[in-house]
Amino acid sequence: MERKKHFWIFGTVVLLAAVGFALPERVSFRLKAALSSIFLPLFGLTQSSERLLEKAGDRVVSRAVLIQENDQLRKQLEQLRIQLLEAQEIRRENESLRQMLKWQQQVPWKLRAARVIGRDPSNWWQAIHINLGTRDGIRPNLPVLTAEGLVGRVFEAAGDWSLVVLLNDTRCRVSALVPEARDSGIIMAGGSSPWGGTFVDLGFLTRNADLRPGQLVITSGLGGVFPKGIPIGQIVDVRRVQGMYLEARVKLAVNMSALEEVWVLMP
Amino acid sequence: MNNSKPWIVLLAAYLAVYVEAWFDLPRKVLGAQVDLLTPLMVYAALRNGPGTIALLALFGGWAFDSLSLNPAGASVAPLLAIGWLINRQKYLILADQWEAQFALGLAASAAMPALVLMVLATIGESPLLGWYSLWQWLVVSICGGVVTPVLFRLLDRLNRALSYPVNRPLTFRPDREIDRGKY
Repeated sequence: MERKKHFWIFGTVVLLAAVGFALPERVSFRLKAALSSIFLPLFGLTQSSERLLEKAGDRVVSRAVLIQENDQLRKQLEQLRIQLLEAQEIRRENESLRQMLKWQQQVPWKLRAARVIGRDPSNWWQAIHINLGTRDGIRPNLPVLTAEGLVGRVFEAAGDWSLVVLLNDTRCRVSALVPEARDSGIIMAGGSSPWGGTFVDLGFLTRNADLRPGQLVITSGLGGVFPKGIPIGQIVDVRRVQGMYLEARVKLAVNMSALEEVWVLMP
Repeated sequence: MNNSKPWIVLLAAYLAVYVEAWFDLPRKVLGAQVDLLTPLMVYAALRNGPGTIALLALFGGWAFDSLSLNPAGASVAPLLAIGWLINRQKYLILADQWEAQFALGLAASAAMPALVLMVLATIGESPLLGWYSLWQWLVVSICGGVVTPVLFRLLDRLNRALSYPVNRPLTFRPDREIDRGKY
């Protein structure tokens, strides 16, 4: 009798698990979003605690350190202002040239800051949770970046948080361009390694491409997800694959294991 | 030690999944995130019945998958299989000995990733795997073994604190009473 009860209980659970696999993607995603919402209070609590600790830490910092930091930030701000003037001038020139050539105008990027609140708990996926969701206008497939370069794209967006799949995950493939070699390829995850968060593979490059270590890799803009020009990384080495095409190992511009704040590129 | 309260196990699962998503230090230091759900299932399998095991597998598995890129339900069946196998033999296992707890935690933590990856491969997913995954598997197994006895101590203590104290039998025996009369 006892054994029969065991089989009934376990059979029901296996059936429910199997039903979960068979659900349509939209329903499965909504189920996941509903379940993950039970963790929101904990995420909120830890964020508030971290902010309180930061504020408490700020009060303990000595006046001399604050003055030094202030001076450094002031110098940095002045440099950035000068660079901004230069960039604005380049932009004006770019717009007038585009007008002359009757090319389509470029739309300026709209960015939204987000905080990283967690990571994928499994060891075989590379993804992070950010504190923006559908209520903030976040949708799947929006690019996510930092000042250093591309981080990944939004994979799932719930009400108050989103799951971002990183560039070094198998689910994130990006069309990339090597401007110096005038060749494009596809960025793919490089496999699990001790430095797995640092290197990816750039594949499907033409076999005659002039690729060299140190060359910059940027997004090509193809595919419609990532706009052109976002830095991805630098080529480290190049190898020939089956005599047909070249594959390059790329060191990512962004340190994926030290992400704290990111920017989401809004439509 | 008798059965533990099911709600304590489920609450522990809720916290365990959250800690795995938020606390990143093991990943930075050891290169792999420690699994807390599997040692919890070992505890539930030895201290509770099939109902709690099923609830933990369902709730813990789905909660884990909701914070991960795993398809919903990928972790449920492996957790259940581990819990069921241990529960079947629970009367033969020295559940109160830390050596047994460590060994079971180690074996279960080693089996869990393999089972989940089998499920993922069956449904057509391609997770990020390589030679380094072997190191991560080793770290997860050993840490799972170490965490299991700690979890047993912690949850047993919590159960004792929230249960009625054990009723010690009285030393008085009515058949040995010396009946003192008037004389």
